[in-house]
Amino acid sequence: MTSGQRRLSAVATAAVVVALSAACGGTNTTPPAGEGTTAATQAAGAELTGQVKIDGSSTVAPLTSAAAEFFAEEQPKINVTVGTSGTGGGFEKFCNGETDVADASRPIKDEEKAACDAKGIKHSQLSVATDALTVVVNKENTWATCLTTDQLRKMWEPAAEGKVTTWKQVDAKFPDEPLKLFGPGTDSGTFDYFTDEINGEEGASRKDYSPSEDDNITVQGVTGSKGGLGYFGFTYFEENADKLKAVEIDSGEGCVAPSVETAQNGTYAPLSRALFVYPSATAAKRPEVAAFLDFFVANINKIATDAQFVPLNAEQEAKLKTDFAALKTQAG
Amino acid sequence: MAVLSTPRSAVQLASKGQPLREHLFRIALIASLAIAFVFLLALLSYVLIEGWPRLDSRLWENMPSVRNPDIAGAQSAITGTLWVISITALLTLPTGIAAAIYLEEYADRDRWWNRVIELNIQNLAAIPSIVYGILGLGIIARTFGLGFSVITASITLGLLVLPIVIIASREAIRAVPPSIREGSLALGATQWQTISRQVLPASIPGIATGSILALSRAIGEAAPLLMLGAVSFIRFNPDGVFASYTVLPIQIFNWISQSREGFHILASAAIVILLVILLLMNSAAIWLRNRYQKRW
Repeated sequence: MTSGQRRLSAVATAAVVVALSAACGGTNTTPPAGEGTTAATQAAGAELTGQVKIDGSSTVAPLTSAAAEFFAEEQPKINVTVGTSGTGGGFEKFCNGETDVADASRPIKDEEKAACDAKGIKHSQLSVATDALTVVVNKENTWATCLTTDQLRKMWEPAAEGKVTTWKQVDAKFPDEPLKLFGPGTDSGTFDYFTDEINGEEGASRKDYSPSEDDNITVQGVTGSKGGLGYFGFTYFEENADKLKAVEIDSGEGCVAPSVETAQNGTYAPLSRALFVYPSATAAKRPEVAAFLDFFVANINKIATDAQFVPLNAEQEAKLKTDFAALKTQAG
Repeated sequence: MAVLSTPRSAVQLASKGQPLREHLFRIALIASLAIAFVFLLALLSYVLIEGWPRLDSRLWENMPSVRNPDIAGAQSAITGTLWVISITALLTLPTGIAAAIYLEEYADRDRWWNRVIELNIQNLAAIPSIVYGILGLGIIARTFGLGFSVITASITLGLLVLPIVIIASREAIRAVPPSIREGSLALGATQWQTISRQVLPASIPGIATGSILALSRAIGEAAPLLMLGAVSFIRFNPDGVFASYTVLPIQIFNWISQSREGFHILASAAIVILLVILLLMNSAAIWLRNRYQKRW
């Protein structure tokens, strides 16, 4: 009997322990309990504690992650986390009050703004870096050094699906090489931007290409086929410049190659775009979030260069600082 | 090899009659085994060779870095994985085993509702994990307000593997011969005493194996956790069940999609770490099974 009771009480204890740990943060059961840094506790001197939650575009994530890493050297006790739910997913959480900053590779949409307003989340848009969407072809491709936006549309528009399958169909001067297309999946902000600029409507694209959320797959695909063509952010091209060739883009004013300069001064049109972060004014009142944003804005080009983004030019940087000052006044 | 050298069985005697067909069948069996084994070996050697340059203490001593693959590590992902899987085990094992005991020892199978429950548990085991992710996001993270934290991930993964734990535990409990129960009851033990002192100890090997396999599945899941806010960059270890976290599969995915080669090597090294954790868990299951195995 006694041993039966002992077993029973052991089971009961275990159950209580589980319930307790679920109820009060688990600090009493699990071994490596820290000093309870989750809740923003009072600042000891200049050293702040707390958490800054960032989520959104996977294109912008390397930038905010690099910022978090630099920031950790100054404020090692502020825990900055960066998620990659995509621009849309990031705004959904942001407007639900679940994150402090949203990373975005396109401006906020009206319906997302409405969701934010409904929850009373005030925010403002900060342009933090520039990206040059780069169209790449195989190294052995000798014919396509410069493509016009019309030629790109011929390849990518929804009407091309199943019909435009060789380079010759795009332009009679091109050889009769099969055209193999690679690009990001439909969840990506890069896809939204490219389809909007090239095909004239966001999300309108032929569907018979090889989509991938992982740009390395696009690199491999284009490297592996002579008639391959793909597009992604400038960073991926820089990393793989030895394997691929970037195409110059002609939007009516001559051929322009993607580069840091042409992206900065806007001549690489229409495929250079601004990348954004959206801080919440409410969250910016918290000292740890304010400290992070101050640091981010003050060191923006150092961070962007380190993370291999195209940094802002002087004018854009000045605008960022005014926008940020406005946000701070809004936050009060 | 053991199969080849087991002689004097009925199979071997029979094989004298039709040698060719028997041999072909045996070769087919060995080939099936070889396919699974060769693929595993290929995967293992690939990640080992690929990840070897970074398979050192930096991997578990350093925090992730996006700036420099040489100083990047996976400590937050390793601790995150251990936290999530421990809480998952704490939540799932007692519930799963209790449910299995009820279904095997108490439930009256003539009642329609018990049959409905059984059927549903089997169906639940086949639901894709992303569906559990959506459930976790809508109900556990938002409606219950637990947010994007270790506990949300653990509860969701717990629900995901609960059917597997229940099914495995039921098989193990069913494998205990009825004569043991009858003997115990005949000696005056109550039903609870019979279960806790005879049936459960005898079925521990089976339950342990099934549970560890279920948890091994949970440890490799990335899809539902992507929905549940496992972040891709965090430089802190979780300090409680409400903390933000990431897990190894997410960290691996993140590294693989980076543009720099150095991170791809890191991803392979992290895969090796994940495989080692899995291997340790499986060894624990084997040890438990051997330790408690009883022969009737």
